[in-house]
Amino acid sequence: MAVDEETIRRIARLARLELGEAEVARLADEASKILEWVEVLGRVETAGIEPVSAVIPKPHRWRADEVTDGGLGEALLANAPARAHGFFAVPKVIE
Amino acid sequence: MTALTELSLCAMREGLGRGDFSARELVAAHLAAIEAARELNAFITETPDLALAAADAADAALARGEAGPLAGIPLGIKDLFCTEGVRTTAASRILADFRPPYESGVTARLKAAGAAFVGKLNLDEFAMGSSNETSAFGPVVSPWRARGSNAPLVPGGSSGGSAAAVAARLVAGATGTDTGGSIRQPAAFTGICGIKPTYGRCSRYGIVAFASSLDQAGPMARTVADCALLLEAMAGHDPRDATSLEEPVPAWSQLLSGDIRGRRIGVPREYRLEGMSADLDALWQAGAAWLRDAGAEIVDISLPHTMEALPTYYILAPAEASSNLARYDGVRFGLRVMPECGSLADMYCATRAAGFGAEVKRRIMLGTYVLSAGYYDAYYLKAQKVRALIMRDFETAFGTCDLILTPSAPTAAFALGGKVSDPIAMYLNDVFTVPASLAGLPAMSVPAGLDPQGLPLGLQVIGRPLDELGVLDAARAIERAAGFAAAPARWWGAA
Repeated sequence: MAVDEETIRRIARLARLELGEAEVARLADEASKILEWVEVLGRVETAGIEPVSAVIPKPHRWRADEVTDGGLGEALLANAPARAHGFFAVPKVIE
Repeated sequence: MTALTELSLCAMREGLGRGDFSARELVAAHLAAIEAARELNAFITETPDLALAAADAADAALARGEAGPLAGIPLGIKDLFCTEGVRTTAASRILADFRPPYESGVTARLKAAGAAFVGKLNLDEFAMGSSNETSAFGPVVSPWRARGSNAPLVPGGSSGGSAAAVAARLVAGATGTDTGGSIRQPAAFTGICGIKPTYGRCSRYGIVAFASSLDQAGPMARTVADCALLLEAMAGHDPRDATSLEEPVPAWSQLLSGDIRGRRIGVPREYRLEGMSADLDALWQAGAAWLRDAGAEIVDISLPHTMEALPTYYILAPAEASSNLARYDGVRFGLRVMPECGSLADMYCATRAAGFGAEVKRRIMLGTYVLSAGYYDAYYLKAQKVRALIMRDFETAFGTCDLILTPSAPTAAFALGGKVSDPIAMYLNDVFTVPASLAGLPAMSVPAGLDPQGLPLGLQVIGRPLDELGVLDAARAIERAAGFAAAPARWWGAA
């Protein structure tokens, strides 16, 4: 299936990726080729087959509702690109 | 006396136990080898001081008779495992200065076993690649060269730094991670062993996530026994990873025998690809003959959906990656690029544009596309259903065989730069490894011979869920019969 440049721009917006014009053109070409390559799956009969998301079935277990850590504010902020007053700092979002 | 770096990991352990050499001597010998091998670009971060401190602690523990099973053993850690206080980059610009405040589950176990980490190993960016050429820190160069040639070769990927470091005798062993073949294919390219255990054996806690339903850690080393010992130290339940298996860890290093008498070895006919090289085909047949001579029975099996595995993988893995990599937004950690007078959304887009390389962007775009409204059912859901069929193929096959033998990779190592411009040609590297990944099965690559250019070729053994022992035993039988002793001739460094 051919992917046009407008679709690439739309997907890039969804993925929060800024792309240059050359990148858009290249990705449209590559994505078209890759999607053509995966078209083979359309020919596989999958009626009545349950989709798989976990390979090794494992029951979900309850755990005790207990506090197991905390007081990690400094460690959490240690890699922050910007911080203020013990919080992550970001550009203003509300005018 | 043999150079310390030439010893197998198990032999290092025995030598340390007997007092033939100290952990400090052993680690120092490896640090010198690393320093002389910078041309390989195997390491992103070297940690010699931490390694020597760990060696001294190991010597003290050895003297007290309280040494852990890996006391003083010099290991390299793929730079996808978070190491407390030591830069962890995932070979990406977006994490170039990231210092984790915590330790991954697997590396914590290795440290507790006494290992000395000599540094963080190069890889494809976010483990996305099959040649280690997508690293933001430059490609790794294989220590191997074709006979009569000086042309640089790829070490495979994504655990290319791990593979090169083990093959070049810079470390006794290394951690790798395998999503679609990232342990097994580089192991095959560099003439070493590597095992991806059953999905869930090793904790994913603290491993930078790529495709969470597929990612699994495993060891890479020069012998099957070395891998058994490392895997034993790495595996085990971790409540911090919801997919971690609550299964006891067998004493693989003790149980490993190489005895495969009476085992049925399946040879899947669909893996005999059109255009497969005669050398590889001959090696595969030799592998089956070795196992037969060792007392196994060879049976012909069918895995009908083999050819659909790669397209399935290249829908599911990018979909999971696009979701996992959404966290890199320049807010809490990692790179931030702030356009002048830009909004928060501008910051996200600029940060991700500057921080991710071309292959990572390609996969994020593909994953976002297949998950987007209107395409989800046709691609993502369809791929999840085909994945069920691929798993069923293996279940059916394991009704008539106990283990499966295949080649590890379709070719030997290729030239640096040889496939970077064609994503699909690059993806085809994983044609033999991806099916077992999709089914979550344990699988191992073991070196089995050299091609006419003198480059290593590997064979892969795939087992039932949790049958790492069967996989290790068959790999040991192949190792014994193949008598693979080739090592890369040293061309790097001042020597």
